[in-house]
Amino acid sequence: MSNLEIIRSREIKERMSGNEAVSYAIRQVEPDVMPAFPITPSTEIPQMVSAYIANGQMDTDFIPVESEHSAMSAAIGSEAAGARTMTATSSAGLALMWEELLLAASNRLPIVLTLVNRTLSGPININCDHSDGMGARDTGWIQIYAEDNQEVYDNYIQAYPIAEDPCVRLPVMICQDGFITSHAVQNICLLEDESVKKFAGTYEPEEFMLNPGKPVSVGPYSISNYEMEAKKNQETAMENARGVILKVAEKFEQMSGRKYGFFEEYRTEDADYIMLIMGSAAGTAKEAVDELREEGWKAGVLKIRVFRPFPEKEIADALRNCRAVAIMDRCESYNGNSGPLGSEVTAGLYRNRVFIEAVNYIYGLGGRDFTTDHVKEVFAELRAAAEEGVPVQQHKYVNLRG
Amino acid sequence: MSNDYSLKTMLARPERLAPGHRMCAGCGATIAVRAVLRALKPEDRAVIGNATGCLEVSSFMYPYTSWEDSYIHNAFENAGATLSGVETAYKVLKRKHRLGEEDRFKFITFGGDGGTYDIGFQSLSGAMERGHDMLYVCYDNGAYMNTGIQRSSATPMFADTTTTPAGKNSAGKVQYRKDLTAIIAEHYVPYAAQTTLTRDFRDLHRKAEKGIYTEGPSFLNVMTPCPRGWRYPTEDVMEICRLAVETCYWPLFEVDHGVWKLSYEPKHKLPIEDFLRPQGRFRHLFKPENERLIQVFQDEVDKRWEDLQYRCARC
Repeated sequence: MSNLEIIRSREIKERMSGNEAVSYAIRQVEPDVMPAFPITPSTEIPQMVSAYIANGQMDTDFIPVESEHSAMSAAIGSEAAGARTMTATSSAGLALMWEELLLAASNRLPIVLTLVNRTLSGPININCDHSDGMGARDTGWIQIYAEDNQEVYDNYIQAYPIAEDPCVRLPVMICQDGFITSHAVQNICLLEDESVKKFAGTYEPEEFMLNPGKPVSVGPYSISNYEMEAKKNQETAMENARGVILKVAEKFEQMSGRKYGFFEEYRTEDADYIMLIMGSAAGTAKEAVDELREEGWKAGVLKIRVFRPFPEKEIADALRNCRAVAIMDRCESYNGNSGPLGSEVTAGLYRNRVFIEAVNYIYGLGGRDFTTDHVKEVFAELRAAAEEGVPVQQHKYVNLRG
Repeated sequence: MSNDYSLKTMLARPERLAPGHRMCAGCGATIAVRAVLRALKPEDRAVIGNATGCLEVSSFMYPYTSWEDSYIHNAFENAGATLSGVETAYKVLKRKHRLGEEDRFKFITFGGDGGTYDIGFQSLSGAMERGHDMLYVCYDNGAYMNTGIQRSSATPMFADTTTTPAGKNSAGKVQYRKDLTAIIAEHYVPYAAQTTLTRDFRDLHRKAEKGIYTEGPSFLNVMTPCPRGWRYPTEDVMEICRLAVETCYWPLFEVDHGVWKLSYEPKHKLPIEDFLRPQGRFRHLFKPENERLIQVFQDEVDKRWEDLQYRCARC
């Protein structure tokens, strides 16, 4: 990462969907190998990459595997062999990969996966929520979420320098919301090919299976004498990723002029009430906050970008001075209490001695609408709780039919 | 393969599976692996893949490895897919000149019958269909030996395993075995073959060499007795293999670019009893009340042997 070569890029204005944007970034980075199996709503990504390859616009080998399990299996083989590798998937595809996600991370292989978030069955449904990504939250992957096509494009370009950093060496999942981001066409500022290629650099592993004369064995059986150290090292790498993610973001800003961190704070500087949210619905929340601000409310949005490693302390500090936070989960975790963000943020607040009202909401499952009116309802509940002592209902479903 | 094959010469080649691993004494799988690796030209490099199983947990126990070549164990059900990724990486790195002209790698993967016939079947089928340049070797010991002798789809009919125990109401496994070599041959891969441990390992060597050096996907199914699971004296491994071949329980054949060919035809086909009797897993068949089952087994062997002869004669 330290030797990233930065060339300030000219801005190329375009209109694209999220799938087009990430495919465009894949072409620019030009990884060596892409095994993939189609699944809605990420199918366009392998299609577009295949078209780039067919038209001679990128030099990558596409492996049309027979399942997502084989996609991640082949990705592990390819990356361990010494080739920069990526794949794309959604929903059940990620669930089928689950065992292999763990192996990619524990073998310390910096594979990149672009996830187009879609709910997990059942009932089967093709629309967005975060249950696929959240289901993989403890697999040892770095997870970065995007609000829109611009962010997913920018996040993908930053993925390899993060993943391949010698003190990280972990796989990275670049997430965008299915259909809402993946298929909606928005304006975007693209970067020049040369700048992106320089930024992504080349994959130079210390050890790899195709290193002539230096054979290496990958994927050992480990007895209890070694297993725990391996897992601790993996956790340390995840902790190291915090600093690397911020440094890569800094370099990315030098190239693009666009600034990224663990999360984005929108009108939070003096906010009494903050909605903590992740993905495309952050755009809806910002719109509602603008309207509430006009009415005199001190409302703000904290949009999570980096979910793994989880920036617990930074989030707690960002919320320290508000009166109440709504923690929005686009995923159920069936623990009888809260969604995944609800659990982790609340734990983080307590550990960092931030004792504010923290209310967990579930919204948008399986593509359920989430509008500015819903955001305002949530803020009204926060205010009633903080100012009038109205008891809050935790773990409440937003826009649930009666 | 040159006609001057001699086991003695071949054994002089450097071992590519180092001693010190933890496989059982007399394990058929280990003998097969060493024989397959001897078919690699000494000047060629290789990446070896391995499905989870006895071979993997016994040969690569951190921090030790027995593998002189690069080696990857990923999981149980994906040895085919994993090596297809490795082989693709090789092609790309060659094309992009990140590997030199002289850096020649071959790709061989090993899986037991559990990792090959059953849980890894889809991954194997996919890798074969996509045409990756690799040799997949199944070491078929006819049950999930690593987890303690449970039945697989490769387990012979009537075998007493820990999930098909022979008992008052059971004569062992109910079904006959899946013919995986034929199934892979039906993928129209360039080369598929079946072999086992024979006197001078000539058949295994020749087929492994062909599999490794035939362009495209190849499949080699090697019957490898497991003294623990089959319950015969360890030192009888070669005799058990001979009986499997002479009774036509495990015929030696190959399918080379669509041409089916018997590699060996017994002069006097032995009764299946001769193969069954020395093995503890079939002991219950020799109780008076079960004798008719031996005929059922014989009928199945005869039928399959005739089918195979027909396929070969047609070519």
